[in-house]
Amino acid sequence: MLTISNLHATVADKPILKGLSLTINAGEIHAIMGPNGAGKSTLAYTLGGRPGYEVTGGSATFEGADLLDMEPHERAAAGLFLGFQYPVEIPGVSNVQFLREALNSQRLGRGEEPLSAADFLRLAREKAGLLGMDMEMLKRPVNVGFSGGEKKRAEMVQMGILDPRLAILDETDSGLDIDALKTVGAGINTIMRASDKAVLLITHYQRLLDYVRPDFVHILADGRIVRSGGPELALALEREGYAEVIAA
Amino acid sequence: MNAALPLPLPTRKDEAWRYSDVEAAARIWSVDKPKRLVVAPGEALALALLQDADAGAAVVLDHVVEIGAGGTLAVHLLNLGGTLGRVTFDVTLARGAHFELKAALLGGEAQTLELVTTLRHAEPDATSDQRVRAIAAGRATTNYLGQIQVARGAQKTDAAQSFKAMLLDRTAAANAKPELEIFADDVKCAHGASVGELDRAALFYMASRGLPPARAKALLLEAFIAGLFDDMDDEAERARFHDAARSKLEALE
Repeated sequence: MLTISNLHATVADKPILKGLSLTINAGEIHAIMGPNGAGKSTLAYTLGGRPGYEVTGGSATFEGADLLDMEPHERAAAGLFLGFQYPVEIPGVSNVQFLREALNSQRLGRGEEPLSAADFLRLAREKAGLLGMDMEMLKRPVNVGFSGGEKKRAEMVQMGILDPRLAILDETDSGLDIDALKTVGAGINTIMRASDKAVLLITHYQRLLDYVRPDFVHILADGRIVRSGGPELALALEREGYAEVIAA
Repeated sequence: MNAALPLPLPTRKDEAWRYSDVEAAARIWSVDKPKRLVVAPGEALALALLQDADAGAAVVLDHVVEIGAGGTLAVHLLNLGGTLGRVTFDVTLARGAHFELKAALLGGEAQTLELVTTLRHAEPDATSDQRVRAIAAGRATTNYLGQIQVARGAQKTDAAQSFKAMLLDRTAAANAKPELEIFADDVKCAHGASVGELDRAALFYMASRGLPPARAKALLLEAFIAGLFDDMDDEAERARFHDAARSKLEALE
């Protein structure tokens, strides 16, 4: 589904990704872990196409198409979802309006019929319920006045509504208490664990992986993947720390 | 009434014209006399003003308003037409009167759109609330000059004024000149002015959810002026304002 090959990227002319390669197949859940400054968020933003994140080498192919050649909104329409570490507040634009327009823009891009207001509300209610989020919250402006945990829940509601093929979730676990972590973990499993979908979890800690079991765990250090393994690698990291595991 | 002497042609040395397009004004000078509006004591009036003159036109609309004791005037202004679109309000408030102004200045190309208000809180207990939003693209200039005078003895005056501008291009400009002259000691006057740009983080966030850049931009701009016209009583008029604002914003690409 996603093939990243020897990817190099800079931010403000500073090299951050230095030859990163990773292949994700449909039906797989991958976790990327790494110390602060390893390039985790840069990887997410580069794949999402954020301005200022410049690809200087390598390639990324998504479902056979050149991902890096697409505009950010085209990547979304192609089935990519980026869960933000710090979801952005948009005063004056309600979640419902924002997500309906976003979904219908995606559908238009794929040559599908737009969803009616009633059908959209039905869908939104279902996905909000899945994440334990009150429908009233979705009528409020996007992320405005939401707590850190509510923003992360809202991200997952957005993911449920937009129904992507591949979700790249950047530190979705940060800011969540244990109950919220369980709910969000269950939400990710329900929405994304399918034979035709895949997830790339970017995380600093092992704890989310207790709820969303990865098939593969990768360690990112200094802009490239230095070790890959199964779920046991995350446990080793938790036990021994990054320095030990990277050196081993 | 005898024909009064024509008003002299303004120059930028006139404080109220310092940011204006006086060349455009000169082409049409002299302008009509100010429109006079008297709100009787206790009466409530609404005024909806949509300035959508053709491109190239120069428009100057002056208003002199007197609001009697306990009277209210609510003004909604959408100023978006012409090379020069200038709207002024000179308002005198009697005891317990209320003046409310919600305005949007939406300019592109080389337009100069401006709003000049002078509020005279002449007697105690009067209140005023002015909310002005400006969006400027291209080489457009948007100006808000807002003066509030609180007369000696006009205690318990409560005057609020807020101006926010959004610049879509480096060549666009916004000027704000809030001015308070207060000669009473028991009053509340709040004012704020800010000039900003579209939130890049929000634009990328919206794109990452599938919104094309033009649509994301339009949503943010609509949100910026959202609510200004929602409380217009006349539904048809409200729809006219919303539609005019939307098509202008789409043209600001």
